[in-house]
Amino acid sequence: MKKVVKLAALGAALTIAGGVQAADPVRIGAVVSQTGPAAFLGEPAAITLKHYVEKLNEDGGLLGRPVELVLYDDASDANTARTYATRLVEDDEVSAVIGTSTTGATLAMISVFEDAEVPLVSLAAGIQIIEPVNPYVFKTPHTDRMVCERVMIEFSERSFDQVALMTGTGGVGKSVRKECTEQAEKRGIEIIADETFNPKDVDMSPQLTKIKNTPGVDAVFVGGFGQPLAVVSRNYKQLGIEIPQYHSHGSASKVYVEMSDGGAENARVTAPLLVIADQLSEDNPLRPRAVEYTKAFRDLTGEDVSTFGGYAYDALLLISDAIKRADSDDPQDVRDALEATKDLPGVTGMFNMSAEDHLGIDHSSLYMVTVKDSEWVLE
Amino acid sequence: MALSEFLQFLISGLTVGFIYGAVALGFTVIYNASHVVNFAQGEFVMLGGMFTVFGISLGLPYLVAAILAIALTALIGVLLYEFAIRPARGAPVFALIIITIGASILIRGLAQVAFGTSFFSLPSLAGDTPINIAGAVAQPQSIVVVVGTLAMVGLLALMMRRTMIGKALIAASNDLVASQLVGINVRMIVAMSFAISAVLAAVAGILITPISLVSYDIGVLLALKAFAAVMLGGMGKPAGALIGGILVGVGEAMTAGYISTDYKDAAAFVIILVVLCAFPNGLFGSEHHERV
Amino acid sequence: MSVFDTVQRVVGNRLSLILIGAMLLVLPLLMTSSFQMRLAVVVWVYAMAAIGLNLLMGFAGQVSLGHAGFFGIGAYSVALGPSQLGLSPALSLPAGIAFCGLLALLLGRPILKLKGHYLAVATLGLGMLIFMILSNEVELTGGPDGMRVPRVVIMGWKVKGTETWYWITGIALLISVWLALNLINSPTGLALRAIHDSEVAASVLGVDVARYKLIVFVISACFASAAGGLLALYNGHITPGVSDFLVSVQLVTMVVLGGMGSVGGSLVGAALIIILPQFLTVMHEYEHAFLGLIMILTMVFMRSGIVPSISKAIRSRRHDSNS
Repeated sequence: MKKVVKLAALGAALTIAGGVQAADPVRIGAVVSQTGPAAFLGEPAAITLKHYVEKLNEDGGLLGRPVELVLYDDASDANTARTYATRLVEDDEVSAVIGTSTTGATLAMISVFEDAEVPLVSLAAGIQIIEPVNPYVFKTPHTDRMVCERVMIEFSERSFDQVALMTGTGGVGKSVRKECTEQAEKRGIEIIADETFNPKDVDMSPQLTKIKNTPGVDAVFVGGFGQPLAVVSRNYKQLGIEIPQYHSHGSASKVYVEMSDGGAENARVTAPLLVIADQLSEDNPLRPRAVEYTKAFRDLTGEDVSTFGGYAYDALLLISDAIKRADSDDPQDVRDALEATKDLPGVTGMFNMSAEDHLGIDHSSLYMVTVKDSEWVLE
Repeated sequence: MALSEFLQFLISGLTVGFIYGAVALGFTVIYNASHVVNFAQGEFVMLGGMFTVFGISLGLPYLVAAILAIALTALIGVLLYEFAIRPARGAPVFALIIITIGASILIRGLAQVAFGTSFFSLPSLAGDTPINIAGAVAQPQSIVVVVGTLAMVGLLALMMRRTMIGKALIAASNDLVASQLVGINVRMIVAMSFAISAVLAAVAGILITPISLVSYDIGVLLALKAFAAVMLGGMGKPAGALIGGILVGVGEAMTAGYISTDYKDAAAFVIILVVLCAFPNGLFGSEHHERV
Repeated sequence: MSVFDTVQRVVGNRLSLILIGAMLLVLPLLMTSSFQMRLAVVVWVYAMAAIGLNLLMGFAGQVSLGHAGFFGIGAYSVALGPSQLGLSPALSLPAGIAFCGLLALLLGRPILKLKGHYLAVATLGLGMLIFMILSNEVELTGGPDGMRVPRVVIMGWKVKGTETWYWITGIALLISVWLALNLINSPTGLALRAIHDSEVAASVLGVDVARYKLIVFVISACFASAAGGLLALYNGHITPGVSDFLVSVQLVTMVVLGGMGSVGGSLVGAALIIILPQFLTVMHEYEHAFLGLIMILTMVFMRSGIVPSISKAIRSRRHDSNS
């Protein structure tokens, strides 16, 4: 809310934009969805990138040169994303690019980077981005497949063999639905109710009523992102549904818990380690960065840390680490160094890239956390 | 089971439908006074909810925050008229539509800078204990929405009939030139219509936020659905707008319940395509006569 | 309408074709990167769709808030043709245009009975339905993540590269402009203008109003689908976003900002809406607010659109200096 002040700083924004950078900076490009339906993913990413590039410069930049972030908003549109991708590689001549927030738009950008031979680190979940592996394309978030694997493992363990799906009709929801249906089949779990919700749905009671009235549902899995997830949990509580509630990583944000008005209580959420950073053991190598980022994000925005911002944090970390190791900002060298990333602790997991794996983390860095008294509890 | 399920869908549909109706009513008020279709109507709903959330976060009591939010939204409505619509009076219909679409982009853009992309909530005015109706569950806030919208409609009707402003509004919507001739200050009247319409939308925003939550971009789809509701009821008919809204809301809930949630948002438009084929001027609209 | 006006129109048509052709030839000499060339490709493509919509809006006086639906059908036909029917991408494009035209023919009949805002909401619904089908039928379209569009191969030659596409879309634009101008000056065009001025008067004069409206609706749908198909082939990946309601609004905005009834205006409108955001990036988070503001200001100060307003201003100045 304190951002209201920013309205007054309109003029200031213009003057900053005109500021002159010191000679020959290392240029890193970024395309994120700051507006449009995926703004919920893109905005924390933009805040994170701006802050940490500033911080990089305070610490002396990269290769002894200042770092310049060239950031564009694709407005959640694939064609616009591709236009900015072209602008970044052609006009801005960046060494590497971060983005974008959605799978569809990332897929639309890929051939630009392939043709220009510039590495791209995507912030989107879809597995198609890295499978099959494209030499120039990397990504940081866990795939929806990993999330579904993680949840279905737990369903098997608890012998929940008849479950309901409640997924969004947006990109994330559709992908979760597909992957979870496959993973469930693999483990002999039957999906006996399959409902969806739209990204701006005001009320999910009809869908949840159908699930409630389906006999034999052992658990409900909710997948998607943003505002509707909180509405699902609210309606869940209002309808008095007692079936265990599971959520994908889209719900791993404090805003979800707060806005669900108590409906998130006892929900199990597949969460990246970021949300429970302070609960990790002291000797966990992943702890320091995650704790520092959690604090920095709170100081910056006054809000709790967002895993979507965390993906951007890791993308920038991977690229700056690669530039340092390559001792060069030539795109080809950066790409080679990115692929050679070993044991790099990020805020999403421990990254180990290879020619076959351009994600470099697995589902071991996904935690099942429970909402207890509106806090994340690791069980 | 089947009955309680149906009731549940109906309750859900009515709640949403009344909100569509309230926004649709706002469309109608402006349209009647100025023949402008204001596509920024959805943004007024968002502003009503957002300003209230913001006021409360500043420590204001709920009621004060809500009243301030409504007043502020009304002011923005008047500003929209004075600085964007009035200077373009007499411009082609399409130009005015582009102006209101531009205004909606402008308001949404500023709201995003001011409030961010996150979503916010307001406490329910009637508590959280769900009400059981024959096996179906109603949220107390749903009843607030229905009662609140009906109260607004009642007040509006009363104002139209009893006050000078209302009578002038009706006169202006019947014949702009004639009403000018009898000395009605049309500028003031149209500005009033923007304010009233913004108030309707802002109240709707405050009523719905405890149920649907509010974020900077909730207005787009809401305006589209409300626009559909207006057309369903017949352009320029206040009662038609409300009934159109309810039909769209219930139609959506029934589609979600009995047919497919994937195509829930299509329900409104399929209903409209079908209805308009039978009634080209909406359910309650009067036939339009082209003057030659 | 005087004889002078008619002469001026015919000469003006030739002239605008020559002007656009010259611009196509000269622009690449001024461009310094393939990014600028890409912007040009996107402008040509959107201008094609906008010109088609302008025929409907500016000449027949009928609004469509669902043209992105046709744009999307064109785009997806070049992806679905190869993957579902085994057609080559180059063949899928005309097939998609034909399909889209047929669809418009079938749907146009009932829809075009509606007038004004009712027509707007009906076309809006149509566009929304197409968008929902594209994003919901995952098995067919890949859902919101979209699908890959295979490259066009003509006799072993892979059509790729922004420069190649600059010429392809540029020529397509030129053909579109030529078609549009021919249509406007044909008897059909005259009938359309009559409908625009007054449907009742036109029908009294014996114009088959319904038929002409349907013809122009089908033509404008074909323009949109051709544009969508070209964009998809150029981009190589397509998402349901191409048929989003906001794209329909963008197309209407291009037509109205540029000037209704002005073919050149649609090109200017498309260029403005596509290129402006590239300059507005310096505004950072205020980008969208400014876009909205510019839309409002343009309409307030140039209410009949940019091109008609400017040409009117030039004409009146010339008139002043003559007298």
